[in-house]
Amino acid sequence: MVRTMNALGTGSRGVLLAAFAVLVFGALVVVKGYEAAAQATANGLVTGTYFALGAVGLALVFGVLRLVNFAHGDFLTFGAYTALLANVFFRLPVVVATAVAVASTALLAGVLELVLWRPMRARKAGGLQLLLTAIGLAFVIRNCIQLVAGTEPRGLRVDVTSAVTFLGGVRMGTTELTVMVVGLAVLVFVAVLLSVSRLGREMRALADNLSLAEVAGVDTGRVIIATWLVAGSLSGLAGVLVAAAVGVLSPQFGFQLLLSLFAATVLGGIGNAYGALAGGLMLGLTQEWSTLFIDPRWKLSVGFVILILTLLARPNGLLGRPALK
Amino acid sequence: MSLYLVSLDSFGHVDFWLGVGIVAGIYSIFTLGLQLNVGFTGIVNLGQAGFMAIGAYAMAILILTYGWSPWLALPAATLVAMLAGALVAIPSVRLRGDYLAIATIAFAEIVQSTAQNALGLTGGNNGLLGFDAWWQTIQVSMLGLLNLIGLGTQDQIPLFLLVWITFLVLMLILLALQHTPWGRVLRAIREDEDAAAALGKNAYAYKIQSLALAAAIGAIAGYLLALNITIIYPGTYSADFTFIGFAILVLGGLGRYAGVALGSILLWFVLEAARFIDLPLPGDKVAAIRLLVVGLVLIFVMVLRPQGLLGRRQEMVLRG
Repeated sequence: MVRTMNALGTGSRGVLLAAFAVLVFGALVVVKGYEAAAQATANGLVTGTYFALGAVGLALVFGVLRLVNFAHGDFLTFGAYTALLANVFFRLPVVVATAVAVASTALLAGVLELVLWRPMRARKAGGLQLLLTAIGLAFVIRNCIQLVAGTEPRGLRVDVTSAVTFLGGVRMGTTELTVMVVGLAVLVFVAVLLSVSRLGREMRALADNLSLAEVAGVDTGRVIIATWLVAGSLSGLAGVLVAAAVGVLSPQFGFQLLLSLFAATVLGGIGNAYGALAGGLMLGLTQEWSTLFIDPRWKLSVGFVILILTLLARPNGLLGRPALK
Repeated sequence: MSLYLVSLDSFGHVDFWLGVGIVAGIYSIFTLGLQLNVGFTGIVNLGQAGFMAIGAYAMAILILTYGWSPWLALPAATLVAMLAGALVAIPSVRLRGDYLAIATIAFAEIVQSTAQNALGLTGGNNGLLGFDAWWQTIQVSMLGLLNLIGLGTQDQIPLFLLVWITFLVLMLILLALQHTPWGRVLRAIREDEDAAAALGKNAYAYKIQSLALAAAIGAIAGYLLALNITIIYPGTYSADFTFIGFAILVLGGLGRYAGVALGSILLWFVLEAARFIDLPLPGDKVAAIRLLVVGLVLIFVMVLRPQGLLGRRQEMVLRG
């Protein structure tokens, strides 16, 4: 009963957020004209899609394990560089390369759970210990990639020239459009999976209250591994989408993206996967909308300012529940 | 025909080791601030590089743009950094440990982005030059004195002395503070914030003071770093600096100020000794190896000996 109420609460607030976004868009059309507003919105949806995909994994891991995974951004880098290896070095088609990237990032996340996180939990590692281990891991993954691939910018073999114009003047690269469509489809799939599948329910139960879930008969070890696999595959996919949408990238990109992913998770209520999804889209839109008014150079800072403001005003996020105490 | 030539040429070079000593000393000072926050107050400050940048930029801007005397600019810039520390702390120390960590790193990123993009103020990626004329003068007269004892040819000795004397002075101040009522309350907050509050101590105010003091220490490390590389540009103050500081912190151990120097010297010895192995690799890959070592140090210390070399095991809690 309580859970249904919460789900309803989150859902109605989601609708409220979407309505708010539409309102802002309307205001932007009035102030800046349809074409500029629509273009910024389309760009924002592309960015928002990979923000959301990255943030959902981060939120799931935080929710289930209470771990702020500083290595999550480097999971994206790992995914993107595996895809680069498959697509550019081994000349595999992009679709196959994406599948390779998703599978290998999931594998990486799963293996790390077995060799690192599980033993650390067994030793009752404290929060600071886990946080610093994750930071160390981020350094190791990023610099292993840099050691192999160097820092020169690299890109996937995707079509970067052709573009389409639609909805009366919105111009978008076909690759970007593909990224957006694939990303949004996967996000919908994840949202459905979380709400109806048994695994999704178990993950949310664990995120809610680990010991209660354990008492209720949930096999926590299995759910935790599954959480890492889901988070890994989503971040691998997000990494490939970033690579395709941005064009070129260097081994630093995942870590640089990490704060935006934090911002999206915090915005949606840290540990709340639906919230992270909405938060990612909102953040992408806000960053692109901000470029209508201020120099795009400040785009990233806009995201961080939103992050800090959310932490201060609503630490439980826009979709989060109020604190229990 | 060996690919991995080990050249020991520079091993005996005094100026090489002086250079390493200067860097290790600057990182030691930087990490003293982290020790105060993490080891003695229990706040995870991931924004220390941001305070360091604010101090260094404020110093250089006051000297270059406003023509201040360095003897006014240095204390003023330290005050600016402390103010920034307090401003960051006021809203964020109320947050849970992990939220605070995220908020402080976001602050550091905003500082870096400002340094890169506020071209009129900071010179952007070209950086700021020529703020250190005063130090050049001091250096020359110090070398004159050193010449009397036959060390006048080692032109890094003045900075080396300045860095380590600064470290010792700051460490003694912090150690003295530890035994004052102020230091004891800080410690109590770390151990059990609710108990400290129950005794009528305003934990909130103490945490703000702790972060402001750490920011001042970060600013001092920032001046010394600027003197060492004679230019201030955004890349020098990236978040990586803070994370290397954390590697030093946990290596030396939480809750021991002397551990900071030990951790820094050890880490920089390992990082610089790697230079003697003459790997046939381009610069970016060598840089990757160094940061890889930093990451491995963090992981191995956390997994195998979380209390560090000198620390105590029970320090590793992060209050929720």
